[in-house]
Amino acid sequence: MNEMTPSREERTANLKGTGCARKRVEDARFTQGKGNYVDDVKLPGMLFGDFVRSPHAHARVTSIDPAAALALPGVVAVLTAKDLEPLNLHWMPTLAGDRQMVLADGKVLFQGQEVAFVVAEDRYIAADAVDLVEVEYEDLPVVVDPYKALEDDAPVLREDLEGQDEGAHGPRRHHNHIFRWEAGDREAAEAAIGGSEVVVSERIYYQRTHPCPLETCGCVASMDKVNGKLTVRGTFQAPHVVRTVASLLSGIDEHNIRVISPDIGGGFGNKVGVYPGYVCAIVASIVTGVPVKWVEDRMENLMATAFARDYWMDGTISATKDGRITGLKAHVIADHGAFDACADPTKFPAGFFHICTGSYDIPAAHVAVDGVYTNKAPGGVAYRCSFRVTEAAYMIERLIEILAAKLDMDAAELRRINFIKADQFPYQSALGWEYDSGDYHTAWEKALRAVGYEGLRAEQAQRIADFKAGKTRKLLGIGLTHFTEIVGAGPVKNCDILGMGMFDSCEIRIHPTGSAIARLGTISQGQGHATTFAQILASETGIPADQITIEEGDTDTAPYGLGTYGSRSTPVAGAATAMAGRKIRAKAQMIAAYLLEVHDDDLEWDVDRFAVKGATERFKTMAEIAYAAYNQAIPGIEPGLEAVSYYDPPNMTYPFGAYICVMEIDVDTGEHGIRQFYALDDCGTRINPMVIEGQVHGGLTEALAIAMGQEIAYDDIGNVKTGTLMDFFLPTAWETPNYTTDWTETPSPHHPIGAKGVGESPNVGGVPAFSNAVHDAFRAFGLTQSHMPHDHWRIWKIAHDLGLHG
Amino acid sequence: MIPGVFEYHRPGAVAEAVALLRAHGDEARVVAGGHSLIPMMKLRMAAPEHLIDLQGLDELRGIEIGAEIRIGAMTTQHEILTHSGLAEAAPIMAEAARQIADPQVRYLGTIGGNVANGDPGNDMPGLMQCLDARFTLAGPDGTREVAARDFFESAFMTTREEEEILTSINFARPTGGWAYEKLKRKIGDYATAAAAVQIAVEGGKVTAAAIAMTNLSDVPVLSAGAAAALTGTGCGPEAVKAAVDAMQADIDPVEDNRGPVEFKRHVAGVILARAIARAFERA
Amino acid sequence: MAEKMHLKLTVNGKPVEALAEPRELLIHVLRERLEITGPHIGCETSHCGACTVDMDGRSVKSCTVLAAQAQGAQITTIEGIGTPDALHVLQEMFREHHGLQCGFCTPGMITRAWRLLQENPDPTEEEVRFGMSGNLCRCTGYQNIVKAILAAAAELNAAKEAAQ
Repeated sequence: MNEMTPSREERTANLKGTGCARKRVEDARFTQGKGNYVDDVKLPGMLFGDFVRSPHAHARVTSIDPAAALALPGVVAVLTAKDLEPLNLHWMPTLAGDRQMVLADGKVLFQGQEVAFVVAEDRYIAADAVDLVEVEYEDLPVVVDPYKALEDDAPVLREDLEGQDEGAHGPRRHHNHIFRWEAGDREAAEAAIGGSEVVVSERIYYQRTHPCPLETCGCVASMDKVNGKLTVRGTFQAPHVVRTVASLLSGIDEHNIRVISPDIGGGFGNKVGVYPGYVCAIVASIVTGVPVKWVEDRMENLMATAFARDYWMDGTISATKDGRITGLKAHVIADHGAFDACADPTKFPAGFFHICTGSYDIPAAHVAVDGVYTNKAPGGVAYRCSFRVTEAAYMIERLIEILAAKLDMDAAELRRINFIKADQFPYQSALGWEYDSGDYHTAWEKALRAVGYEGLRAEQAQRIADFKAGKTRKLLGIGLTHFTEIVGAGPVKNCDILGMGMFDSCEIRIHPTGSAIARLGTISQGQGHATTFAQILASETGIPADQITIEEGDTDTAPYGLGTYGSRSTPVAGAATAMAGRKIRAKAQMIAAYLLEVHDDDLEWDVDRFAVKGATERFKTMAEIAYAAYNQAIPGIEPGLEAVSYYDPPNMTYPFGAYICVMEIDVDTGEHGIRQFYALDDCGTRINPMVIEGQVHGGLTEALAIAMGQEIAYDDIGNVKTGTLMDFFLPTAWETPNYTTDWTETPSPHHPIGAKGVGESPNVGGVPAFSNAVHDAFRAFGLTQSHMPHDHWRIWKIAHDLGLHG
Repeated sequence: MIPGVFEYHRPGAVAEAVALLRAHGDEARVVAGGHSLIPMMKLRMAAPEHLIDLQGLDELRGIEIGAEIRIGAMTTQHEILTHSGLAEAAPIMAEAARQIADPQVRYLGTIGGNVANGDPGNDMPGLMQCLDARFTLAGPDGTREVAARDFFESAFMTTREEEEILTSINFARPTGGWAYEKLKRKIGDYATAAAAVQIAVEGGKVTAAAIAMTNLSDVPVLSAGAAAALTGTGCGPEAVKAAVDAMQADIDPVEDNRGPVEFKRHVAGVILARAIARAFERA
Repeated sequence: MAEKMHLKLTVNGKPVEALAEPRELLIHVLRERLEITGPHIGCETSHCGACTVDMDGRSVKSCTVLAAQAQGAQITTIEGIGTPDALHVLQEMFREHHGLQCGFCTPGMITRAWRLLQENPDPTEEEVRFGMSGNLCRCTGYQNIVKAILAAAAELNAAKEAAQ
């Protein structure tokens, strides 16, 4: 043994593997302005596309006259539905089994809908030409309220579906009905609720909002007619799926399509879907034979691509009088807008909403969700969320608070009584899930202790007394949340997108000198995959993370995967990475055995090497093994050191957390201030604590925005009222508090390294924590439920309606 | 979001700018910092064929402090916020400027643009009325002065003639206590309600007061009634209530994303009461 | 299309020239004509600050500055703040404190912070939050950005003291 051999601890530290707060490898280019985002892509001869959009929410398109636009120098083409129809591209399939107009085909169904696509030499000419396309409309009655959409005499929105009683997810019950989806046992739930001592029912609205990443959506389509190859660079959270869809839609063989996701400026679900802009840019490039860029502006982004939420949830929860929950029932009216373009696994039209029993052991439950068409933008994406988990978590965490008030019980205690206990895992929920692992009581007690919960309640009681005595106009809200997520979609047996099973993949090549490249089917939009996946691999293979390149997003080089959303990268692609790493190690073990002239079984793995059991001075490092793999003929072993893993997860993962928000509320103006926010997350094995903390900060800030001000609002005739960042609330550094983060660590038993995923937890748990704080401040005065967003005037209205303005 | 085509002019003297305005009539717009006009042009809600950039007019810059305070129209919000002489002479100016837009916008946004655009959401018009400022307008026939209190006619409509340029703002050095109080949804937002208050106090009693409200009507609202309600009082709860009542009779808010009318009326009162309390305390 | 003007700017210390329509936005001149793609386009209504550059000593949102207005200006973008061999302390501290995720807001953030620290070399946390309030970030929740800027300020001040 070399006397200079570093200790095991030193070698482990040198790997910067799992558990290390490794600095990010991505940062060098981003801090120097050398990122490569889609709008940075500039190809020779590139044209620019821009949309003529509908100013009306519902209207017949009686004529489109592009003559004036075409006469403008520099305008190359103006595409309308008529031009796309011969290619059968005037409509496209959605991820949810519906179809969506690419360009207005006879009518428009929401404000901002794509009507014509102008292609010009640059974006200035394109913008001028958009103004010159003359479109005539004939107004039709507008429906923005999903309840009104279901009335008998409501206007028919989707004339293309008239007479179709069967949708993609079963029978349609009305001309504006999309689907009814159910889970659980209705009779059992109703029986349980009917026989209970205490029952509360409440309509809880989770408003329509939008992921609004700082970079909008866009693409550059480039048809190389000489070689018959189509290359599309774009803001795709699922590049491989985009390639398959592009092939199916265009008829171009899939091997002739290359989809590249360059750096992506945030996604949050906005960049999962396929949008008309992508289709039009591709068609325009095929038609013109030169590259065509389309990048939407912010108003287009907020008006037309990918809203989230818009769930009207009628929840009922029942309990014994001492607080033991007996049953849960929910009926949801889901406003999907003009086309059902939800990005959910195919068999789950309401996503994983049936995680809505949350962290609680509820013996009987039933949910039913009705999807409805309205004259609003299509979408229904999972905005920093695993498919309607945010809505589910919000509903149950509001219902818990409402039930606690009804029982006159402390809401922390009510949770404590009803948590699934640590020894109940794996836990079968009444709505059909198998929770993999958890220890809710430990997390909860740690959180309550950390904030000094009893002291806060005492302070709150004093505050209420002072308020009633006229000594203050500020109330104190203590927002509690214990959430359980379901992420990592998912098992191929029940999760697919357009028929593609939701596995993910990793392919590793170890180079002769012992460094490596790994490619994955996912794509980072800021999560730091290049940093963290290298850490997983470092721990599995003994190659330092600094010597591992991670590449994603190029379908010509990366293995097929379903992409990054729904917190699935770590649970699925992270697992694939670990498994591929283990394949490398298995082969390395055989090579080492040959080199050391021992049997495979006589070797043991030691951080970065295989050593002979009982004679650890005899070893071969991974670097030595890698070299041997390329320069020695080893009997019975192929040269090279590569592996690929396609991982089909056996189950979802179930991260959880305990959040507590302490909020000051000015009763007279509705102003609020976050005095303290404590976030405990349990995401199983922690790969990079620094990255986890960053994810939590960011997700909480998105939650703050949603809870306290963010919405996509429409007026009665379907005009978007929140189309710019003046009105669509994104907090600045000034409105954002500091957060305290904490953790427990309960590994997933079925994930190769026990990791669960964390990116969405802070949004899922944060929204109810902020909202519950608002409600809690007014609980003593009789508030039951007030819909988000809790902006100044809505908080003021709570106080006003409770008579607190004297 | 791309502005339409225009011809660009950068005059070197006010007379030249006025001549350009005269030549091009309503096809021309002047641009100062551009943070009101350029977004409107990008949305194609404004499409001037001639854009007259005032940045070359050095005579429109600068802050002079004497018995009178003179602020050139091209003075930026950032300069107002960081000018030490002004901070001493009229501290309400910095207090208001600090609550306008965000750092980048304040570097370019000018007091002249904020005032002359006639946007009811802008903060300076109300403040100028509170300070009883006078605006100097240069036109083809020379210059004239208009009182801020007579300047605003309706949303985006002022008494400035098409061929005139706002060149400077003058007001007497304010005395007594001051406050600019603004409720907004976030940094960069217009006011849900804002109040500018100047109060002179002698022997614990208000001798003079001026109160103006922002974004609660299609023009800034100078509430003489509110000021009168404070005069002669020690700004106790009853006087404040009377001032608030008087102010609420003068405003005419409309519903928007910031909230319904009832809310705005109520918070206007709260904001005014806060402003009065702070101004009185500082007097 | 209007007649193009002969634009002369100094960008990151170098005199540059371009032909551009007066209506072109400074962000487009930089990105499309001068291939300076560090500053980004996020909102186009001067709310997000992704397009922040330094113009004549002021942080400005280059999506709301016309090319014509910028005639003759001295412009500094993220590309002019540090080099791969000599990163600015802000660039180092953003990495050190995980002050970025997707990276889209980062050039604007650092360019703004660079001006802020020149105007206020020793800011409080509140002053940093206020001074950075023209720049939106969707990923970080700002906490680590604030931390990075405060750390950069401390480092710059320590270096200054050491030099004296």
